[in-house]
Amino acid sequence: MTRRSLEPLLWLLFSAGGVLSALFLPVLLLLFGLALPLGWLPPPSHARLIAVLGNPLTGLVLFLLCLLSLFHFAHRFRYTLYDGLQIKHLNELINLFCYGAAIVGSVVAVYLLWNVP
Amino acid sequence: MADRIILQVTRYRPEDEAQPTFREYEVPCPKEWVVLDGLNYVKDHLDGTLSHRWSCRMGICGSCGMTVNGEPKLTCATFLSDYAPGPVRVEPLANFPIIRDLVVEIGDFMQKLAHVKPWIIRQEEKPLSEGEYQQTPEELDAYKQYSMCINCMLCYAACPVYGLDPKFLGPAAIALAQRYNLDSRDQGEKERMELLSQHEGIWGCTFVGDCTKACPKNVDPAGAIQRYKLKAALAWLKDIFVPRGAK
Amino acid sequence: MNEQPKYTDFHPRWFRRRMSTYWWLKRWSYVMFILRELSSVFIAWSIVFLLLLTRAVSQGQEGYEQFLAWSKNPVVVGLNVISLLFVGFHAVTWFNLAPKAMVVRLRGRRVPALWIAGSNYAAWALVSALVAWLILGG
Repeated sequence: MTRRSLEPLLWLLFSAGGVLSALFLPVLLLLFGLALPLGWLPPPSHARLIAVLGNPLTGLVLFLLCLLSLFHFAHRFRYTLYDGLQIKHLNELINLFCYGAAIVGSVVAVYLLWNVP
Repeated sequence: MADRIILQVTRYRPEDEAQPTFREYEVPCPKEWVVLDGLNYVKDHLDGTLSHRWSCRMGICGSCGMTVNGEPKLTCATFLSDYAPGPVRVEPLANFPIIRDLVVEIGDFMQKLAHVKPWIIRQEEKPLSEGEYQQTPEELDAYKQYSMCINCMLCYAACPVYGLDPKFLGPAAIALAQRYNLDSRDQGEKERMELLSQHEGIWGCTFVGDCTKACPKNVDPAGAIQRYKLKAALAWLKDIFVPRGAK
Repeated sequence: MNEQPKYTDFHPRWFRRRMSTYWWLKRWSYVMFILRELSSVFIAWSIVFLLLLTRAVSQGQEGYEQFLAWSKNPVVVGLNVISLLFVGFHAVTWFNLAPKAMVVRLRGRRVPALWIAGSNYAAWALVSALVAWLILGG
């Protein structure tokens, strides 16, 4: 390929994020968003969550989940804005907003996951 | 079943009108009649000024694609009786400029088609004396589905991305590029990749998937584009991580 | 590729149709498409929610309990119900479409799309069970 564009990389991130978010997010959301708040299940103890979160492997998986899901969001939402609202001429602004949000979110994720005791 | 049905047909006469209008015609509706038979009946018996394209009447030439009740269809393969008691709305293919009545301008598609080099590319032709290029049934099977395309452009009419951005290369052209890429006799994959991996090539597609639903030949252009994306992305990775010499 | 689709210039009377801003309401499949694309917004929210949980857990017992109380807020629960629907829709459409991009050949024959989708669903079930077991404990 002569002209190197970022598009393949963004698509790879998008796809990997699509897979990870589809595998992990429904169960996590079901547990922490519904089952625990509505009292269907007793909430796990704080000590257990710290133990799970403190494991480096969990940290790595969560980091990848955050990073890739956010890039998945950025890529898909960018095209939704292009096509759904027909505002492709705002291209640069949209890219800045979408991928910028993904980068900022990933940095925040690193910070938070790093600071788990 | 009613023996007659109303056709609401788009009329656009650029010398008289600024906008297309609809006109109703009542045509016979025997059970073996397709929409194209209805249009030909109008042309022959009711209104000779109607313009529409058609040729083979058997789903091979790809000329008679139109929008029937909002869906892109080959009018030679769409039965009138399926729409009884009617009315049936017949419009030109969406996403293309209208020249007259049901006839659309297809120059853009024809250019794009030639652009992806849909022919077998060889670095070096072997001499005739060495005989033909042979293929196993498996090698044929690898691309056969994509070779069924009849260039009817229904997939372009179904594709909102093409409607929004006419620069997009579009479903059929990419599927046809894939047909030659997957052909064991072809060596032109690199040449095509350069063109297809641009933003207006495969990356413009957002996988709406309606091209595949519209296709009368089960070519599955949406699948072809996704496969191509995966291949292009892997090629991009290889380009970065594998040193030049090792390729 | 050309900058603009090339139409000959000497025919000024072609009628060019423009797509309406609401084109995605025109067909059922377009509506499903735009809903599928909008699932990305709820994926982003899910990540934000999980990061808030991570932060709360890191802050100790008290922070965790505050988070549990906050997540009982009807607005948050409502948002999470909608998110769950969208994230589930994303998962199903994603797994169903995956065989289109992945063409696997075994012994010269194409593996049926149903098998690929099926293995995706199996992986989904496995991961979900594993995550639930990790969090809730055996």
